[in-house]
Amino acid sequence: MTNLNLAVAASLNVNAAAAGQATAAAKITARNLNFYYDGFHALKNIHMDIPEKRVTAIIGPSGCGKSTLLRIFNRIYSIYPKLEARGEVMLDGENVLDPHYPLNRLRSKVGMVFQKPVPFPMSIYDNIAYGIKHYEKLSRADMDIRVEQALRQAAIWDEAKDKLKGSALGLSGGQQQRLCIARAIALRPEVILFDEPTSALDPIATGKIEQLVEELKKDFTIAIVTHNMQQAARCSDFTAFMYLGELIEFGETETMFTRPSKQQTEDYITGRFG
Amino acid sequence: MSETPITHEHIIKSYDAELARLLDEITRMGQLAGEQLAMAAAAVEERNSDLAARVVEGDNAIDALEHDVSHDVLRLLALRQPIARDLRDVLAALRIAADIERIGDYAANVAKRAIALNQNAPMRPAASLPHLAQVAGGMLRDVLDAYRRSDAVAAHEVWKRDVQLDTLYTAMFRELLTYMMEDPRNITPCTHLLFMAKNIERIGDHATNIAENVYFLVHARPLVEERRKGDHTSTLVD
Repeated sequence: MTNLNLAVAASLNVNAAAAGQATAAAKITARNLNFYYDGFHALKNIHMDIPEKRVTAIIGPSGCGKSTLLRIFNRIYSIYPKLEARGEVMLDGENVLDPHYPLNRLRSKVGMVFQKPVPFPMSIYDNIAYGIKHYEKLSRADMDIRVEQALRQAAIWDEAKDKLKGSALGLSGGQQQRLCIARAIALRPEVILFDEPTSALDPIATGKIEQLVEELKKDFTIAIVTHNMQQAARCSDFTAFMYLGELIEFGETETMFTRPSKQQTEDYITGRFG
Repeated sequence: MSETPITHEHIIKSYDAELARLLDEITRMGQLAGEQLAMAAAAVEERNSDLAARVVEGDNAIDALEHDVSHDVLRLLALRQPIARDLRDVLAALRIAADIERIGDYAANVAKRAIALNQNAPMRPAASLPHLAQVAGGMLRDVLDAYRRSDAVAAHEVWKRDVQLDTLYTAMFRELLTYMMEDPRNITPCTHLLFMAKNIERIGDHATNIAENVYFLVHARPLVEERRKGDHTSTLVD
């Protein structure tokens, strides 16, 4: 594994350089990132760049650390005890793991959407407005505009505009997920993290979310954890393959799914896994 | 891209079985095409029109196998959504099957003309044809063996051999031209022989296509190298 680590680090430097030149600059940069769950070494020396205004998919078998990595990017792990991250996660040049980095700022810059849509038990309108009120004081008219903008951007406006005062719990699963995306967007973050955003949705609702991700990358940097390989292939620009807490390979999605450079990656994406 | 053959099996076993079946179908097609070519050459050598007729008839079996391959490829693409090496496997099967089907057609064409040739007196240049067929048949056999073993090096070797076949073809072309100039009565049988030789030369081209597919299958990049052309017939006649 140590040899592999070195090889990965070496190839990553090449990949990162290539990615940086060919496309966008890195929005988030993880360096020497290690993570421990109550002593268990869950992430091992991760070096990874999340390019700005691109979609980066993180794939790998259960327990490989992909969700953990995502949760470090907005320090959501810190709500649980006995968890520890070491190393650097730079967001616009500042280390978000630094205890002095204000959590409030981090959470407003880095939004997150989870596997199961969990709207607040309140109206559709208030679901969006609730978060905004936490950060900004807006007039009623300005708030209306912000809510509409967020709902439009999340492609749920047409379905929700006639029932803004109705309960969000009355929406279908797919609609609820888009509402949760609208809720994240409403805070005007720069990065949106998606943790298995469609695993609880049917194929049509999944398609709508994937289309939305495609549109959102114009304005946001997106990282998406998915178990669905085809989803990663369909909607990401870059793919990271993780295994047992290590980043095995990172590259352009097209390359990763046609000619990955590591046998482990090939075995995993082709459904062999050995 | 790792160059070691893939030893890991798919988690879903039936996927492996389907890919293996595809490989078997191609192998069977290739064997049939090789036999057809050898029989067509024997029909020329022995002036055996019955054997030639059997070759013409036998082409249907190759066409039927190509149909099976197309069906299986369509099914695999729709139901398994292959990617990376698996996708190249499936695409290579489809393309190689098309090449073998053409090889079968060429062998049948040689047999058809053998029947026509047997209406005339024996021609001396006809004796060169079986050798040409032997070289082309050897290329086909070896490239299919390389395909079966995912051996890009062996495929590349076959690819390089096409120049020999082209050289033989050019030599035969010259010989036939001389016969035709000597005596206009030779023109009809020599024209048949010319087409037959050209058909066999084309079989070599299809064998190199298969070699290129094997190379791509293994390396995920095309075989790019200037191939020396040994066929100079286009500059022999103005």
